[in-house]
Amino acid sequence: MSEELSDGVKELESMISEEYKYGFTTDVEYEDFPKGISEEIVRELSRVKEEPKWMTDFRVKAYHAWKEMEEPTWFNATYNKPDFENMLYYSAPKKKPQLDSMDDVDPNIRETYEKLGIPLEEQKMLSNVAVDAVFDSVSIFTSFKEKLAEAGVIFCSMSEAIKEHPELIKKYLASVIPVRDNFYSALNSAVFSDGSFCYIPKNTKCPMELSTYFRINNMNSGQFERTLIVAEEGASVSYLEGCTAPMYDENQLHAAVVELVALDDADIKYSTIQNWYAGDENGKGGIYNFVTKRGICKGKNSHISWTQLETGSAVTLKYPSVILQGDNSVGEFYSVAVTTKKQQADTGTKMIHLGKNTKSTIISKGISAGQSNNSYRGEVKISKNATGSKNYSVCDSMLIGQECGAHTFPYISSENSSSSVEHEATTSRVGEEQIFYLMQRGISEQDAISMIINGFVKDVLKELPLEFAVEANKLLDVKLEGSVG
Amino acid sequence: MLEIKNLHAKVEGEDIHILKGVNLKVNAGEIHAIMGPNGSGKSTLSKVVSGHPEYEVTEGEILFNGEDITELDADERAHLGLFLAFQYPVEVPGITNKTLLREAYNTIARANDREELDPIEFEDYIESKLDIINMKDEFLSRSINTGFSGGEKKKNEIFQMAVLNPVLSFLDETDSGLDIDALKVVSDGVNKIANDKNAIVMITHYQRLLNYIKPDFVHVMMAGKLIKSGGIELAEDLEANGYDALEKELVLNGEAQ
Repeated sequence: MSEELSDGVKELESMISEEYKYGFTTDVEYEDFPKGISEEIVRELSRVKEEPKWMTDFRVKAYHAWKEMEEPTWFNATYNKPDFENMLYYSAPKKKPQLDSMDDVDPNIRETYEKLGIPLEEQKMLSNVAVDAVFDSVSIFTSFKEKLAEAGVIFCSMSEAIKEHPELIKKYLASVIPVRDNFYSALNSAVFSDGSFCYIPKNTKCPMELSTYFRINNMNSGQFERTLIVAEEGASVSYLEGCTAPMYDENQLHAAVVELVALDDADIKYSTIQNWYAGDENGKGGIYNFVTKRGICKGKNSHISWTQLETGSAVTLKYPSVILQGDNSVGEFYSVAVTTKKQQADTGTKMIHLGKNTKSTIISKGISAGQSNNSYRGEVKISKNATGSKNYSVCDSMLIGQECGAHTFPYISSENSSSSVEHEATTSRVGEEQIFYLMQRGISEQDAISMIINGFVKDVLKELPLEFAVEANKLLDVKLEGSVG
Repeated sequence: MLEIKNLHAKVEGEDIHILKGVNLKVNAGEIHAIMGPNGSGKSTLSKVVSGHPEYEVTEGEILFNGEDITELDADERAHLGLFLAFQYPVEVPGITNKTLLREAYNTIARANDREELDPIEFEDYIESKLDIINMKDEFLSRSINTGFSGGEKKKNEIFQMAVLNPVLSFLDETDSGLDIDALKVVSDGVNKIANDKNAIVMITHYQRLLNYIKPDFVHVMMAGKLIKSGGIELAEDLEANGYDALEKELVLNGEAQ
């Protein structure tokens, strides 16, 4: 390709840097805390949320642990550190005390979700998806509760779960990701405001897809949500998570913690479409997406699968992982990470094989455009006792234009000789030749580009649940479609 | 059908011209062969005619059925019935041959106000073309050229040609990298596709291909120009004496610059 970017590639760049469509703000009245963090703020947060003492203690302990920890710097990204003293740790729309139906939700907030294409009203909803909507710090509404309850499934906000299901929360909260696991998990444990809790009882197949939509609206608020999913023996569930935020010049922090627990023969499929605001073309504003996600295949024959489509955020540091403790358990990670403009993503997974005959699959597809930087970082560890285990990893990167970067950091270790680890990595450039080849066959430039990208991410998108795949395709189109035609 | 007049072209942003005044006329029902040494501009000619964005036409014009197509995009030229069998077919992982061809076939049909084929009709249509190139069914559901052997890639180009049924096809070194069996299959395919309504321009380095596909005209390209035209005997002459001998002869006659 000539030194200047060819028209085709320029076109592709402009398609990919399509304006962010979810950047509006919603005008609602807030109940905020003063900025900054201290033990008093943490206690106050717990008090406002009317939490039991054990929860307050959990938070305070986490706060002190966090105070002693250092902010990590080992990843492949540079950014201004979040100003923890200038952040809101609790920001909730002023609301009525109890929401019994959609009619009680602030109409402005309802409108927000409608604009986002997330219908909260049950009759309008996709036939088989239950939604928990988290607006800034608070869960606004959870739909289809009764129907789920009939099956014995608990799906509610974390705040509610702490009050209604304390035994389950005490047993499983921080059981997969200890408070001190890392800087951001400690911070989250101290100040998490809400999130979703999901419990699938023994031998139950959750009758519908479960879904949470996260929305950061308030300018200075960090979002610290906490999600916990427990699948009992023989239970199965598919869970979807979507995220958007308005455009602000300031960076906002999103530091979530997600824990999954799968007991014997249980199956958890967790899918994410992350489309937080990515900042402008000069790298101003956007979300810091510093999320800890980890699942444990605790029981034999259990199965945990992470699928993610990461298109948003200024900086993403995220490694959804699986601890394969039960014999014959299976962990999977399917990821598409798209970075454009000045976005930076350092994302990947960890597969920790502890049980015998455990299997893991990693398929990671990174697409970098503009001046962005996209890194895959993955660890596969097969311990001494995990005999007969297998891992298969594919990390493919696609570059669009000349100024972006793609990096792969695989860490592999196997402590026994009966296990096998396979790792493949490729880097390709969407070039003139591919576009020309398809155009020569009569296909328009826009369709050619979309074909190339779709072909590249196909192996991952086919893992998404149907309801989400449609949305994922739309989102990719928004990112990819542009002025052509 | 095709008329190239005094065509000058260079890589966009660079100074040196690769095509320096090409003239060529191709009528329906004709098969042409363009031969020439490496770097003479043969492949560039096929890319410029099919609208590769890397090249800039600085002088001259390309007329296709009387219409000046010099400024058209590659897809628009394809809609008119122009096809290029690539020297190095490009891999597009994740998209099957069938998907590409259905998209391509229907896009071209739409552009020409012809009826599109629905997936079932297209299935029948595409299956009927497999024989032309001795292709197995499973070929259709493989990703475009991905992991194909060199021979399979070349076969796939001719298969695509059969499906899209172009008016004018440029075959850019379709014979290179083929063993003798594959060469026979590919040539048979081309011969089956050729008829009195379409035309084919083969670009090749070697005379070998011309034993299988008989051209009506042979042109020799050197230094960005077609310097000599004739019948099949010209190719035989080249095979026997090489390009150097021809060049010397032309210099002696004052015909080459």
